[in-house]
Amino acid sequence: MSNIPSERSLPAEFSGNLILAVKSWFDKIPDMASEAFSSKKRNQFLRRMLSLFLFFGIWQLLCTVKFRFWINFSFLPSPTEVFSATVNFFSTNAMIHIQSSLTRVLMGYLVATVLGVSLGILIGWFQKLEDLVFLPLELLRPIPAVAWIPLAILMFPDAESGMIYITFIGAFFPILISTIKGVEGVDVLLLRVGQCLGASQWYVFKDIVVPGAMPNIASGLVIGMGNSWFCLVTAEILAGRYGIGYITWESYVTSNYPPIVMGMLIIGLMGSVSSYLVEQLIHLLMPWRITKKKTA
Amino acid sequence: MAKLLENNIQSQVKGLVQIENLSVGFRRKGVFTSVLDDVNFTIQPGEFICLLGPSGCGKSTILNTVAGFIKPSTGNVLVDYHRITKPGADRGFVFQQYSLLPWKTTFQNVEFGLKVRGVLKQERKELVDYYLNRVGLSKYRHAFPYQLSGGMQQRASIIRALVNSPSVLLMDEPFAALDAQTRHMMQELLLDIWQDLKSTVIFVTHDIEEAVFLSDRIFVMGVNPGHIKTMVDISLERPRHVDLMLTAEFMQLNRQVFDLIREETMKSMAFED
Repeated sequence: MSNIPSERSLPAEFSGNLILAVKSWFDKIPDMASEAFSSKKRNQFLRRMLSLFLFFGIWQLLCTVKFRFWINFSFLPSPTEVFSATVNFFSTNAMIHIQSSLTRVLMGYLVATVLGVSLGILIGWFQKLEDLVFLPLELLRPIPAVAWIPLAILMFPDAESGMIYITFIGAFFPILISTIKGVEGVDVLLLRVGQCLGASQWYVFKDIVVPGAMPNIASGLVIGMGNSWFCLVTAEILAGRYGIGYITWESYVTSNYPPIVMGMLIIGLMGSVSSYLVEQLIHLLMPWRITKKKTA
Repeated sequence: MAKLLENNIQSQVKGLVQIENLSVGFRRKGVFTSVLDDVNFTIQPGEFICLLGPSGCGKSTILNTVAGFIKPSTGNVLVDYHRITKPGADRGFVFQQYSLLPWKTTFQNVEFGLKVRGVLKQERKELVDYYLNRVGLSKYRHAFPYQLSGGMQQRASIIRALVNSPSVLLMDEPFAALDAQTRHMMQELLLDIWQDLKSTVIFVTHDIEEAVFLSDRIFVMGVNPGHIKTMVDISLERPRHVDLMLTAEFMQLNRQVFDLIREETMKSMAFED
């Protein structure tokens, strides 16, 4: 996450569209090695690679020496075991699993975004609506996704929608709460600007309140994306055949440990990549915010 | 185009501001604190007025009441014989803080007032282009506020208010955050535009030089509670340029206002001790 500020210093690269942004991201990799002035960046890149190397290296070491001091590593799958499980997994039907998980997360996330943002804007803007719905929502918010499983089975016609519901729950509340806070936190000064220029409620809402809430909505969307993945294993307890979370859960039931760790790592990886993509997409939507820090 | 501009300017031969027995206060924990006490004045259409005084004298409060942000505790604020109850497009406001909408470009910011009032696109473009050009911001039309300097942002804020052809322009220490050189440039520029438009201006400042340079009349304000202490006519010839500040006449007026203000500042500081 600490790479965000350095991305912000490259506004031009993200001013086009998503494809350009993604392309430029790939372009940057050779840049790091070739351009002399970016030695600072190259060192940063190397440090980050080192961190991954150390992470897996220490883990491997702890497994090899069968580290056992309160925490027990002797039964833990080592990185090499996980790696061979991964190779094995990708030589079979990996894509079906990844695809089903991805679809569930994206569906749940999409519904959460639409509902969370629109409901959040309305609740933030209309005090009476907030009075009407806020307490029940607050009551539901702390309930962990796993507690929803029985109800998800009872409420939905098939397992698929139940799973989408669980991933939805993960993303919905952070998006909703950030949106409400965003709308309520819009600068009074800017609202006054609108009033003095003769803007109707509608224009104040559309051109001042909604864009003013965007930075908060954006952070809600990034957190929500992570949370959707967070809930995946829980969701796929309901799954019959496919899904990364399903494999993880199923391997636990059958005491086959390397695939569990593999599933965990794949979920972690896909979660970070999709959060990163959401963040980049948000940058494109808010070109006005790229170097906001400068004005403070 | 010429006709369009003329209409835009013509409509500004308005702007009579009448303040009658205005008092503003607020109640906190049951204790009533008076911010303004029995303020009375009339500003003629096209007059340039500065409200000058030490902090806490309620000069911004007067401005906010005319804008309609604050409701008077007693008394009336009338603009062109209409009682003010809420903000409106007939009273433009330029804030001390940078207040451009961060998500709109310079052009879109200036255009916003015209847009919300349903002015047609072609007409909007002509007016906004004219004003952008007038304050030297044509090149920055597509820039976002974070890409503009403080002075540029305030220029854009001023024309954003003016393009709406308000009968009264309210300015709350708009140049206070700028450096001295930029401030002088902005003061000259403001007078230059105002010379054409002749809308009424109420300008709040605590900078004596600024007040003398800009105004037709200065309302010197006093503290505890805020009130208008005296009015000083500034009959310096117009158009005025920065070098006016070096003349003996200017300095003498400056001195005169300085002495008036000093008295009040001493009083307010003594009170705080």
